[in-house]
Amino acid sequence: MPVEYELDIPQSLDEALNALASDNGSSVTPLAGGTNLIIDIRSRRERPARVVGLDYVSELRAIDCTSERVTIGSRTTVTDLLDSAEIAKAAPSLVDAARVFAGHMVRNAATVGGNIACGSPAADLVPPLMSLDAEVTLSSKSGSRTVALADYFTGYKQDVRNADELITQVAWDRLPEHSVNTFRKLGRRKGDAITVTGVALTVVVEDGVCQRARIALGSVGPTVFRARQAEALLEGKVLSNELFDAAARKAASESSPIDDVRASAEYRLHTIETLTRRLLTQAWARLA
Amino acid sequence: MSSPKKITLRINGVNETLEAPAHRTLLEALRDLGHVEVKCGCEKGDCGACAVSIDGVAVDSCLTLAWMVEGREITTVSGLGDIENPHPLQKSFSDLGAIQCGYCTPGMIMASKSVIDRNPNPTDDDIRVGLSGNLCRCTGYTKIFEAVQDAASVMRGEGDKQ
Ligand SMILES: Cc1cc2nc3c(=O)[nH]c(=O)nc-3n(C[C@H](O)[C@H](O)[C@H](O)COP(=O)(O)OP(=O)(O)OC[C@H]3O[C@@H](n4cnc5c(N)ncnc54)[C@H](O)[C@@H]3O)c2cc1C
Ligand code: FES
Ligand code: FES
Repeated sequence: MPVEYELDIPQSLDEALNALASDNGSSVTPLAGGTNLIIDIRSRRERPARVVGLDYVSELRAIDCTSERVTIGSRTTVTDLLDSAEIAKAAPSLVDAARVFAGHMVRNAATVGGNIACGSPAADLVPPLMSLDAEVTLSSKSGSRTVALADYFTGYKQDVRNADELITQVAWDRLPEHSVNTFRKLGRRKGDAITVTGVALTVVVEDGVCQRARIALGSVGPTVFRARQAEALLEGKVLSNELFDAAARKAASESSPIDDVRASAEYRLHTIETLTRRLLTQAWARLA
Repeated sequence: MSSPKKITLRINGVNETLEAPAHRTLLEALRDLGHVEVKCGCEKGDCGACAVSIDGVAVDSCLTLAWMVEGREITTVSGLGDIENPHPLQKSFSDLGAIQCGYCTPGMIMASKSVIDRNPNPTDDDIRVGLSGNLCRCTGYTKIFEAVQDAASVMRGEGDKQ
């Protein structure tokens, strides 16, 4: 027997938030691209009584870039990211991740909000967004609040979102001129593969000194997280290969990967160190 | 418990009506309506056998709820052409031996069309990555990639003539 549920199809954000407010959201689940949720319902990992489909909440599907800030609506698809010339300029790491995300049909359906909300440590858009200092806006009938993406996850597939809240957008201040922002994913193959390890990096350099370093790591802990000790080794310093070696080792030591069907913990530690060093070296070469 | 609802789907340019509960996937609805050209492989987004296009964008119909696509333009492989009047992709697939058992073909062709629509002049690598969400257990893929290149060149040629 399939899992049965009610389905609401709101036509506006207000309608969607009202639908989520019923029953304080306890048995209500938002549906975006469905590339996780429909599968989780079929396998009975999720058993919602009511599903709220967001396809027609057009306010949520938008990319807005000003000279200061970038804002992406939660219902924006991975393909929308690839199609945006503005995102290509403002968030190269996000494009790096979108290009190697799933296969063609899943990219056309999968959304930014769903990728964050699924809470997977292997969610590929999360390390790039974290490396950009993105903030998540959560809205409910009673109002909105903003949470740093770096503080959004509280444990494996656990987050700060209340059941009646919707992720409406992610936003961040644009990077300054002298910066590099990249993402590298290691998978078992090039297309349609779940991430074995993923590293997103932002480096901002002014007058030869590293003003800001962000290193966000995927698939090497219960959540995506920032390697803050590695970042601290770089910030305020004149960058050098020795520092990159030290930061890469530190990033690995901050990781706590597990063995699974895709790779061993040992391999993950090795590749986190290698990828971090490689991205730092490449960023430095581009900034020099 | 959800009660079934009467919905109208626009499939290959024709409106069709069926009674469906909320959890009915587009894949199930299409096959219930007799569109058995849309294949069911994995029901979890891995194989691409169920790919159809919605308003010109290819998606896996096994991950799409039927209620959500009322009023949208749904195209299956049959909507692209038929034996008398095949689409260039259908012709290239059959001419170049890109079909063996044929189970993956409807999805392969819908994905290929979406890939070519986005990029009319794809490299071999673009095609490989573009079809990475479609599995084929027979052909070994090489002939499929050749057929997509062949059809893409035909489709570019048609574009030139217009
Ligand atoms: C074959 C396949 C390959 C995949 N490959 C990758 C990959 O390479 N990289 C990767 O990162 N992921 C991958 N995924 C996983 C999935 O596609 C992504 O996580 C995707 O971004 C989920 O988005 P969605 O819109 O489909 O979410 P849905 O499935 O609709 O929802 C997922 C979860 O998020 C919640 N949710 C959705 N939107 C909101 C919102 N606005 N506010 C609050 N909660 C919300 C839902 O309630 C649900 O719990 C793959 C999946 C499949 C099937
Ligand atoms: S049946 Fe839909 S992707 Fe396999
Ligand atoms: S031809 Fe048999 S699965 Fe592709």
